[in-house]
Amino acid sequence: MSEPVSADTRPNALSAWPDARGRFGDYGGRFVAETLMPLILELEEAYETAKADPDFRAEMDLFLKDYVGKPSPIYFAERLTEEFGGAQVWFKRDELNHTGSHKINNCLGQVLLARRMGKTRIIAETGAGQHGVATATVAARFGIPCTVFMGATDVERQAPNVFRMKLLGAEVVPVTSGTGTLKDAMNEALRDWVTNVKDTFYVIGTVAGPHPYPAMVRDFQSIIGREARAQMKERLGRLPDACVACIGGGSNAMGLFHPFIEDEEVRLIGVEAAGEGVETGKHAASLKGGKPGILHGNKTYLLQDDDGQIIDAHSISAGLDYPGIGPEHAFLHDMKRAEYVSATDAEAMEMFQLCTKLEGIIPALEPAHALARVRDLAKELGKDGVILMNMCGRGDKDVPQVARMLGVEL
Amino acid sequence: MTNRLNTRFAELSAYNRAGFVAYMMAGDGDSQALLNALPAAGADVIELGMPFTDPMADGPAIQASALRALEAGMTLKGTLAQAAEFRKTDKDTPIVLMGYANPIHHMGWEAFAKAAAKAGVDGLICVDVPPEEDDELRAALGKYSIALIRLATPTTDDKRLATVVANTSGFVYYVSTTGVTGAGSGAVTEVGEAVARVQRASGLPVAVGFGVKEPDQAAAIARTADAVVVGSAIVDAMHSGGVAGAQELVKRLSSAVHAARR
Repeated sequence: MSEPVSADTRPNALSAWPDARGRFGDYGGRFVAETLMPLILELEEAYETAKADPDFRAEMDLFLKDYVGKPSPIYFAERLTEEFGGAQVWFKRDELNHTGSHKINNCLGQVLLARRMGKTRIIAETGAGQHGVATATVAARFGIPCTVFMGATDVERQAPNVFRMKLLGAEVVPVTSGTGTLKDAMNEALRDWVTNVKDTFYVIGTVAGPHPYPAMVRDFQSIIGREARAQMKERLGRLPDACVACIGGGSNAMGLFHPFIEDEEVRLIGVEAAGEGVETGKHAASLKGGKPGILHGNKTYLLQDDDGQIIDAHSISAGLDYPGIGPEHAFLHDMKRAEYVSATDAEAMEMFQLCTKLEGIIPALEPAHALARVRDLAKELGKDGVILMNMCGRGDKDVPQVARMLGVEL
Repeated sequence: MTNRLNTRFAELSAYNRAGFVAYMMAGDGDSQALLNALPAAGADVIELGMPFTDPMADGPAIQASALRALEAGMTLKGTLAQAAEFRKTDKDTPIVLMGYANPIHHMGWEAFAKAAAKAGVDGLICVDVPPEEDDELRAALGKYSIALIRLATPTTDDKRLATVVANTSGFVYYVSTTGVTGAGSGAVTEVGEAVARVQRASGLPVAVGFGVKEPDQAAAIARTADAVVVGSAIVDAMHSGGVAGAQELVKRLSSAVHAARR
């Protein structure tokens, strides 16, 4: 156990973490090789300065509005509500953002920060390719060379996104080490960064990694929850009973949850990927099936064996296929402020098709996981309940994979 | 703290000789045989790699070696058992464990320190635990008189260097280049200046590694550094040529290092 944070540095409110060491309770921190420490400290300082600068805020806001298409609407999913037979189901439509997911909210912030810091090269890791596409997009817009590391397995199952990144001018590097998925892509991005320390900015796509990334990515993604909170109040005159989002590393969930943390009456529910079932061992549910450990710069829950070796995650969804979870989720889990459940590959496939048929919205496989638990929750809460789910990405990228799984030749 | 590391560096200094530090991966091939053979082949200090699934600071050679070792069933406990076996016959050659935080954290900082001390381990390099995060680990190691060896790099400026060398012991490992293990090394003149800077700041011996492969290159570094570390090249030699191949390379490298200041 960590030595306790002294009383005067411990944040009062659950929403006010991390502390000065970049810790959320015992989680988070800066577990990186010494070569990267000066860069991490420089980044932290640059981010703190930018955050307090009205010009940075104004530049962000302008691009969020005109380029990303913010604010994204909230939408009453009436036919799914009827189908589930209980609480009202509302979607926050972040899949309508430019590039088709919530990822660009964060990429925009980090690339603008990279420019301020005078960095001339962008690198990123990607799983489903949504973060890679969003990073390549913003890098193209600002004319900054971009390299995206992507697991070789994911390159294969997310071919449309690979081609999109290449069209956007990014170099896509397939990573064959390990199992060739998101964690290996992140290892390779860190190896690139440790080599190209002077000119390169590493745009991490989720609320994980060394401090300040978990807090910074959360801040950039919190636009999801801020908008949705105001929109719910305006439309319904009330807050939802529950906010639901899928979790790989947890950036869309953290972005949705954070502005609601102090609203004690609002349940926060994260849905991890259960793969073939948590009991089978083939899953990506770090909180349900993992233990605290140290990887990729932070202390958090990890899938690991008895020797502390990292176990490969398994999920139909490349975006959730990660053996860890952001440290703030680990903290909210232990503090019991958020609930964490899971959904299997099969449930995600079912919801992918159901949502498409009933709402005319093709969800990404990632939020399709969240929808499976929305179904249960709708029944549990009953007709008076209101559920807000983040539709964090659209499913166009998954169409070829889903077709394959359904035995359809395109 | 008097231990084998201090004694060994004092001996080297008395003979005005640079030391040779050989890195090998526990569990990759017949690693016990190689470990036992390293002192006779000229290794003054042994760095014993603890395999990890996600070695973020390592290049392809050591990544592949770690995965082979894990595939063959090596664990942290198994690594400590190899150190203990070595210590039965060699009482003088220091062993420094090198690896990543998670397996150690999983065992428990203190349980690890206790087990490592019992196995006759003298120091630890934990790549992804910088000074900002090492308070618990440092306390545990201190309790069992195991040196916590930190890394200084080309990105470590003078201000940062003070943080890096505070509370360190044994020696300081200077990473000669920004990059992963096995990548090309820094220019020899720059390395010389950096070594002098780290020696002044720490008052400790400085070992230089990352990217050293050839005897000439090792000898050039040995003229200013207190010790030279070779890892990836030995790991590759072990994989392609077995214990004999690795031993042969260690002999060539250590002879060059030992003769460098004559």
